Amino acid sequence: MSTKVCLWTLDHPNPASLETYVANGGYSALKKILAEKTPAEQIIEQVKISALRGRGGAGFPTGLKWSFMPRSFPGDKYVVCNTDEGEPGTFKDRDIVQFNPHQLIEGMVIAGYTLGARAGYNYIHGEIFELYQSWEQALDEARAAGYLGKNICGSGWDFDIHAHHGYGAYICGEETALLESIEGKKGQPRFKPPFPASFGLYGKPTTINNTETLASIPWIVKHGGQRFLELGKPNNGGTKIFSVSGHVNQPGNYEVPLGTPFAELLEMAGGVRDGHRLKAVIPGGSSAPVLPAEIMMDCTLDFDAIAKAGSMLGSGAVIVMDETVCMVQALERLAYFYFEESCGQCTPCREGTGWMYRVVHRIEHGQGRPEDLDLLMSVGGNISGRTICALGDAAVGPVHSFIKHFRKEFEYHIENKRCMVGD
Amino acid sequence: MPHIEIDGSEIEVAPGATLMDAAAQAGIYIPHFCYHKKLSIAASCRMCLVEVEKAPKPLPACATPVTDGMKVWTRSERAVEAQKGVMEFLLINHPLDCPICDQGGECQLQDLAVGYGASNSRYAEPKRVVREKELGPLISTDMTRCIHCSRCVRFGQEIAGMMELGMPGRGEHTEVMPWLEHQVTSELSGNVIDLCPVGALTSKPFRYKARGWELSRRRTVSPHDGLGANMLVHVKDGRVYRAVPQDNEAVNECWLADRDRYSYEALYSEDRLTRPMVRDGDRWVEVDWGKALAQVAGALKMLRDTHGGDAIGVLASPHQTVEELHLLQKLARGLGSDNIDHRLNHSDFAADAGRAGAAWLGLPVAELSNLDRVLLVGATVRKDQPLAAQRLRQAVKAGAQLSIIHAADDDLLCKVAHKLVVKPSALVQALAQVARALQEAGLDVGAVAASIGGVAVTDAARAIAGSLRGGARKALLLGSLAQQHPRAAELHQLAWAIGQASGARVGFLSPAANSVGAQVLGVQPAGGGRNAGRMLAEPRKAYVLMGVEPELDAYDARQALEALRGAEFVVALTAFKGAAPDYAHVLLPIAPYTETAGSYVNMEGRLQAFHGAVKPLGETRPAWKVLRVLGNLLELPGFEFDSAEAVRAEALPEGEATVRARLDNAVEGVALAHPAPVEGLDRVGETPIYQLDPLVRRAPALQKTADAAAPEVWAHGELIARLGLEEGGQVRVTQGEGAAVLRLRRDDRLPVDAVRVAAGHPLTAGLGARLGTLSLERL
Amino acid sequence: MTLLTPESLAQIDREIAKYPAEHKQSAVMAALRIAQTEKGWLSTETIEYVAEYLGMPAIAAYEVATFYNMYELSPCGRHKITVCTNLPCQLQGAGDIAEYLKKKLGIGFGETTPDGRFTLKEGECMGTCGSGPLCLHNNHKMYTRLTPQTVDQLLDGLK
Ligand SMILES: Cc1cc2nc3c(=O)[nH]c(=O)nc-3n(C[C@H](O)[C@H](O)[C@H](O)COP(=O)(O)O)c2cc1C
Ligand code: SF4
Ligand code: FES
Repeated sequence: MSTKVCLWTLDHPNPASLETYVANGGYSALKKILAEKTPAEQIIEQVKISALRGRGGAGFPTGLKWSFMPRSFPGDKYVVCNTDEGEPGTFKDRDIVQFNPHQLIEGMVIAGYTLGARAGYNYIHGEIFELYQSWEQALDEARAAGYLGKNICGSGWDFDIHAHHGYGAYICGEETALLESIEGKKGQPRFKPPFPASFGLYGKPTTINNTETLASIPWIVKHGGQRFLELGKPNNGGTKIFSVSGHVNQPGNYEVPLGTPFAELLEMAGGVRDGHRLKAVIPGGSSAPVLPAEIMMDCTLDFDAIAKAGSMLGSGAVIVMDETVCMVQALERLAYFYFEESCGQCTPCREGTGWMYRVVHRIEHGQGRPEDLDLLMSVGGNISGRTICALGDAAVGPVHSFIKHFRKEFEYHIENKRCMVGD
Repeated sequence: MPHIEIDGSEIEVAPGATLMDAAAQAGIYIPHFCYHKKLSIAASCRMCLVEVEKAPKPLPACATPVTDGMKVWTRSERAVEAQKGVMEFLLINHPLDCPICDQGGECQLQDLAVGYGASNSRYAEPKRVVREKELGPLISTDMTRCIHCSRCVRFGQEIAGMMELGMPGRGEHTEVMPWLEHQVTSELSGNVIDLCPVGALTSKPFRYKARGWELSRRRTVSPHDGLGANMLVHVKDGRVYRAVPQDNEAVNECWLADRDRYSYEALYSEDRLTRPMVRDGDRWVEVDWGKALAQVAGALKMLRDTHGGDAIGVLASPHQTVEELHLLQKLARGLGSDNIDHRLNHSDFAADAGRAGAAWLGLPVAELSNLDRVLLVGATVRKDQPLAAQRLRQAVKAGAQLSIIHAADDDLLCKVAHKLVVKPSALVQALAQVARALQEAGLDVGAVAASIGGVAVTDAARAIAGSLRGGARKALLLGSLAQQHPRAAELHQLAWAIGQASGARVGFLSPAANSVGAQVLGVQPAGGGRNAGRMLAEPRKAYVLMGVEPELDAYDARQALEALRGAEFVVALTAFKGAAPDYAHVLLPIAPYTETAGSYVNMEGRLQAFHGAVKPLGETRPAWKVLRVLGNLLELPGFEFDSAEAVRAEALPEGEATVRARLDNAVEGVALAHPAPVEGLDRVGETPIYQLDPLVRRAPALQKTADAAAPEVWAHGELIARLGLEEGGQVRVTQGEGAAVLRLRRDDRLPVDAVRVAAGHPLTAGLGARLGTLSLERL
Repeated sequence: MTLLTPESLAQIDREIAKYPAEHKQSAVMAALRIAQTEKGWLSTETIEYVAEYLGMPAIAAYEVATFYNMYELSPCGRHKITVCTNLPCQLQGAGDIAEYLKKKLGIGFGETTPDGRFTLKEGECMGTCGSGPLCLHNNHKMYTRLTPQTVDQLLDGLK
């Protein structure tokens, strides 16, 4: 069995418990750095060597991000964990919080130590309230055991973590919207610069990482950056959890080394549902461009390979579609999602997502016009790259890629006022 | 300093500047909607996208900081393509109703759409419709036109200091609205009209009255508070249709208080006096100017000849112009009377003997925004000088410590460092504590040292003193309540001592447009004459009134009315009839500020002149001309002027330099009585914001706002309980002979032994001294 | 008079304690959630009360209440069932489950049964796609891998 960095506790009877975690070496990385007073630079160096890239979607090198933090800034600083996963298709962070909360806590505490933070917040997706509660329990357990709160492991150093519960807004996964949301406001992204590392939560230096990113930290500290890197491939260190959904026999989370061929993952997920043929895959969450089966079957799963294939690894959400899927209908649902979830502050996103949705909706409902496809490409072009946050681009990704790869289906729909697929 | 290249020209810009700043510096206009120089950066409309070398996508100029060596193109193909794309998005849901939109002709969206919009729309879907919002009497909405620039919301949060408008909802469902259709109550609310780049927020009184391009714009100066906001009145067919701000960074920046913006409506009030009138027994008859002036001159001459000049009292409003005030004082003195004053609402004139000059702000208005330490004494600054309050809020936001000593803990919409909230008669004692605390800390408090030795210092006073000892730019400012206070001279003396000891500049927040001018021009006794208080307490045989309504303006309105009613002859030079027919014998219609040339001296000593914006209404005449004729009729020397400028040249020979030479807040020789507060309940009787002067009293839209609500009696909950009164019930307020029946309301921000009953209002005109003692009874 | 029970206020106080003292507003999302859990929905009085409790303008609390999907700004059935219909769930049969629920309850999305027992809502991705089709009961309890049979069981259990 291959190494798992984040979801290994699932192989144990009581995966979420502190006992299971500690019995298998949990919190030893934290104890070690506290006892040895490991210099922060050294930890950051290991994270850099590990080639850990952000698991939240953008794939930004974590070590580099950490090095931006003004650690010696005298005032408050924060570490924020992003468990808002709302990207359709993504459901990995919930499993980390549910089945291995202590590794995330340890990762956040190490981040707090390394970045000189005074407190940490974990922003938890709205619809998973049960996880919010279990996470708070885990925090209590960790506090009681001396791994969190005052005088951690007898070191004299204090650091606490709190949970902040979202309440239904995809945009709060965007890091600055998330900060606004913690501040008790509408979750509207901030223009950058300034970046959170200089102006973050409450205007203080802040580092934000995805849950899976932070949960990988204890492993890296314990085993060294080099071993983590070797789990994956150069520039793509470590394992990655892929959330496989859609038309497979066993939807679920699969943690595999970065660089694993897609075909292997598909097999682990039980293959395309019985009797059907693979048609298309969205390899990195709904914002990632869709790829036709042929391209996908030749692809390995790592940031660089998928980018080369014309999409992105994103959050590692693999949405599998078989030949029964009407691409117009699928796109209509995604277009509706981005329209609904646009925070509304930037003109192109607020106005453009509604425009795109309404046109796709018309096509799906037999009211399409020949010029609609070019119009969609052009409206998309006027959104992408012109908004405050990447939701604008995210909304355009599906529209452009669906039309690019499946234009015939759209044309058929416009001409014949019905689907080319199925029934 | 970074060098950048913008549209081909090389410039050097300040570090930290944005591309928008750089463009402005280079004289390049970058289209924008959400950006506003006074508001935080939203970067959300995306109209200002420009092309930057090496940037993979266009960047918003408003939010992108310059870096050395940057190359920027604001009109390249890529930039214009991005700008056009944004414009198309803005227009898809914007109604095409320019022909009926009040903003038509002065709309940023319309202007830019001409340059950037496509001629036909590619948008074939249904357009969004947004429900209207009720914002009260000042602002109309057409919310479907809103382009979500969020300027109005940021204005509330950042400038007005209160978030009255928000943007609930998400995505395209986001709508600008107030909480629960409450009318907006900020005294600066009208600025959102100027800020709104489209016709979503427009002026309610102006709605559908005229189109932007039909109006001509005339520069003028606000006639209300002592800030002297610069504004433009918009005129058509000899009538003022609206007022808007004129940028002046040193004074009002780009803002107006609602009072400045909406008081023009009063110019056409039914109460306007448009023909001279004389009393004929119980009747009033309209007469021509010659007859009216002859009667005035005759009566004054006769009374002077029989009783001497001292029989004549002259009361002028500090809202009159420099020219008018100068001629009026000249007339008084020509008649042999030194009984002249503009301080009707003052009660203590003891400092007059020891004053070194005219009381003024003590620093430039603009410096209010940059102070490190401020102590406000007896100042209801938000209502009295709304834009000065705005500047103080900016200072606090930038880190200033603002403390107050006042008779009410009103919400200043900013953080208050320390406060001493006591009833009015305890204010002297409170200020003495601060002086004493400084003395205890080893500072020299000069002449007051001997009188404050026994003062017990509270922690709050010590904290205020401590705050004043720190910081570099600091000021102690005396507000209206301190100026009207029965022991105003002692407050002044103590303030001066504290200023000397701590290094804080001492200043006065001028209540009226020309308070400083009136002092500089000598519109107060100079040679032993009677001040306003004495003129009314010791009734005169004749009164000359200019621009005043003593029954509202006076410190003791009841007493004032009695004095006037008992006089043998009263002439009122006024733009409005008001209550003058009750006590006057001749009414002379004089022009309000829009109908005459003139000038005002603002609180910092700035002399600001203006021309008449329109012709005088009816037979109204500019007051300086009326006074000139009166002077001639009375055969007084030196009344030959052929223009307002000529009058001004005599009044202030060196112009503003003459003013500045006469400004001085130093005072000496005021004896400090043993500072003990008066027993019983003190009245806190201030002039409400929309009762300041004859114009605002008659401005219909302002009179419909919450701030103009009929006066009520406000008392602390503990006092209400102690007196067994009922919140919300009617109570009788008694002040000596005077009484009024008003509704009782609770305000725990007042001291327990003070009761707030506004002055300057017809419903309370029957009461006595503004800061006297009163009693309350259940009805 | 307090509008919320002492238990709710104690919960809100616990949330406030998570943030720096000068940033009480950070607790507004939690406070609105707690208030909604007690009251079933957020009336203007409730929002005003919460805003005052946290020392923030009511309009700012209202902005929050209207930005996030899970707050209810009008009265709602005793049992709110929110079905995710986003693409991954749809591929796994959410469309059929939604139709089944609509038919069974006799209402469409955004509607409440006449007896006030159920409200049906369409939801966005709930971050649990691998277990779709799924629904959320009263915002806080999730039911996954729905089939017509498990839907029947679920509804029968909700009185
Ligand atoms: C619209 C939008 C939604 C996002 N949603 C998430 C999310 O749910 N979870 C997440 O970790 N990152 C999300 N991100 C990415 C974050 O902004 C941020 O890059 C990430 O949390 C950084 O963590 P990492 O460097 O560890 O990946 C989103 C970004 C955008 C633009
Ligand atoms: S791109 Fe959309 S979601 Fe992102 S900030 Fe702009 S309006 Fe909000
Ligand atoms: S798509 Fe339904 S939970 Fe994600």
